[in-house]
Amino acid sequence: MVMKTYRQALRDTLREEMLRDESVFLMGEEIGVFEGSYKITAGLLEEFGEKRVRDTPIAEEGFTGAAVGAAMLGLRPVVELMTINFSLIAIDQIINSAAKIYGMFGGQVKVPLVIRTPGGGGQQLGATHSQNIELFYAFIPGLKVVAPSTPADAKALLIAAIRDDDPVLFLENLALYNTNGEVPEASEPAIIGKAAVTREGKDLTLIGYSRMAYIANKVAEELAISDGLNIEVIDLRSLRPLDRETIINSVKKTNAAVVLEDDWLTYGIGAEIAASISDGAFDYLDAPVRRVAMAEVPMPYSKVLETAALPSIQDVTHAIYETLDAMGRPRHKIGQGHD
Amino acid sequence: MVEETSSPTKKFSAKKLAAKKPAAEKVAPINNSVKLSQNQSDELVSFYEEMTLVRRFEERAARSYTQALIGGYCHLNLGEEAAIAGLLKELNYDDYLFTNYREHGYALLKGIDAKRLMAELYGRVDGVSKGWGGSMHMFDLEHRLLGGYGIVGGQLPLATGAALAIDYRGSREIVMCTMGDGTTNIGAFHESLNIAALWKLPIVFVIINNGLGMGTTVSKSSAEPELHLRGASYRMESARVDGLDPVAVAMATQIAVQSARAKKPFLLEVMTPRLRGHSVVDPAKYRSEKEVIDLKNHDPVTLLHDRIVAGGFVTSEELHQIDLRAIKKIDDAHHFAEESAHPDVSTLFDYNYATPVPNDSRRLPGQALFPSTSKAVGN
Repeated sequence: MVMKTYRQALRDTLREEMLRDESVFLMGEEIGVFEGSYKITAGLLEEFGEKRVRDTPIAEEGFTGAAVGAAMLGLRPVVELMTINFSLIAIDQIINSAAKIYGMFGGQVKVPLVIRTPGGGGQQLGATHSQNIELFYAFIPGLKVVAPSTPADAKALLIAAIRDDDPVLFLENLALYNTNGEVPEASEPAIIGKAAVTREGKDLTLIGYSRMAYIANKVAEELAISDGLNIEVIDLRSLRPLDRETIINSVKKTNAAVVLEDDWLTYGIGAEIAASISDGAFDYLDAPVRRVAMAEVPMPYSKVLETAALPSIQDVTHAIYETLDAMGRPRHKIGQGHD
Repeated sequence: MVEETSSPTKKFSAKKLAAKKPAAEKVAPINNSVKLSQNQSDELVSFYEEMTLVRRFEERAARSYTQALIGGYCHLNLGEEAAIAGLLKELNYDDYLFTNYREHGYALLKGIDAKRLMAELYGRVDGVSKGWGGSMHMFDLEHRLLGGYGIVGGQLPLATGAALAIDYRGSREIVMCTMGDGTTNIGAFHESLNIAALWKLPIVFVIINNGLGMGTTVSKSSAEPELHLRGASYRMESARVDGLDPVAVAMATQIAVQSARAKKPFLLEVMTPRLRGHSVVDPAKYRSEKEVIDLKNHDPVTLLHDRIVAGGFVTSEELHQIDLRAIKKIDDAHHFAEESAHPDVSTLFDYNYATPVPNDSRRLPGQALFPSTSKAVGN
């Protein structure tokens, strides 16, 4: 194990996979000379040259579609979209081409494509640059959508995504790039489609992905100390396929769930999880499934308004307390440091 | 008049290429009274065979559509036969073809068996896309038809990427990517041409200009109605050719293909008529009476027929025999397709993913997500 940032884990994994397989190459805006907007591709142009680290014009639909076409001929392109907001320019190629080609032509050709892109608000980037729209892609059959929350998962899921023969949307998060964690030295791919129980507990199930899984673990840790609560945390890791089984098994044990999402609540990923819990564990629930999600506004620039719109640690704690109340469970050591 | 100095429009002007185009010299332009050499006659007869096959296939498709053997949308290549025959003559077997939703004729002349194409239209297991694609989404890896695509412009970035893959590997094939005139106004057209030119990719973009995007004329939708001139924006060589004449199309394509093989992408505009509506169900009421009468004089199959007969080597009766063989072949395709099985419902989830993963949903519409997990119901 080595301590690394999420950013470094991504960068090193890209490099390792490029060394391993010559058909792996990178495409995207500013990934070469500029080394990537968030420096994930730092040093790779120098090491691999322009053929394999390809700066593109600002033409998301064009180069994302070109990556799909190259994948159809057996290459393994890894596209960087500067932020998930810009995927809206490429959405026709992602949904109508990448996601469809394998099935629509009766399984004749595979599309081994990875689209890496960060989501995340909280950087005062305003309405068009702070969206979390992974839901659009998680909705689409034919795509796989993964969302690592730790440096170790960033590595294992990126390896899996690159070696997978289907198009994978690989969701990163601006707020996670500088987080640290232990990363195994071996190149072991994760299993796409499996959630992880990152913390075992019996009092309540806390479910999140990407930044919200990071927050979930943090809150669970804090409440264990402050309130003696024993919270189970599920990091979804994969939004499509969705590992409902892990969620249901956990809720059957804890009888309550709070879902954390960085997107908007209405029709959001939390809605799907809540509905799944209703389908699979209705009789086990002792409280309604609670969701913590962004306020439903275009993200304001003002720091004060932006902070108010984003789910915070306090919001999560509050939702947990209210759910425990609804279950009729006495709070243990309530009020120590939290309201 | 804009002075033409360093403008690539001048350098690669259509006029210049038209002048280069030897079509008019080698085979006379469509003129029924011109004598042909034996070789020229043979070449035309070979085109005639291909074109009648496309013609009869499309006529059968129209009939089958009205008989509800074909569902969905069904766009026909009627009027495009000479263009298709000329374009595909210049492609090697291992060159790739990307096209749009009006693609039956392209699939046929890329060498795919009419039986498998008709079976696809009928939604059967023997169809070229196993019944998953239909009229708009025909695909055959073996013949390197990498798809008909249903979204206008969707195939352009894909084709560009295929050319990138060829270049990446340093292999010799090229990509041909056809599109309709309306496609030239969508962003993907410009992004793809820019990328192809920038990265010097082995690709020929072909605009099939039939004058109409559904019911909207080119002049009403394109500020530059000479669509091939748009190549100049990307310093891409371009030309316009008469799509009624398969020989002219083949010659222009030869130039385009040679250019692509030398890693210089090319934009070719082929002027064709669209003899019917946008799709089988479109009566094309937006066309004037005069236009409709004019179309009768712009039928590439009839024109070629008359040209061959005038050439003196082949009789009308011999051409009739060719036509009968095409009819027979398409009849066989129809019967084959009718007898081919419908896909079994058990195969519905066969193509969810190429790499299987856990928790992949295989739920039919009426099924519960978690059957019998409720402790209250308990069955």
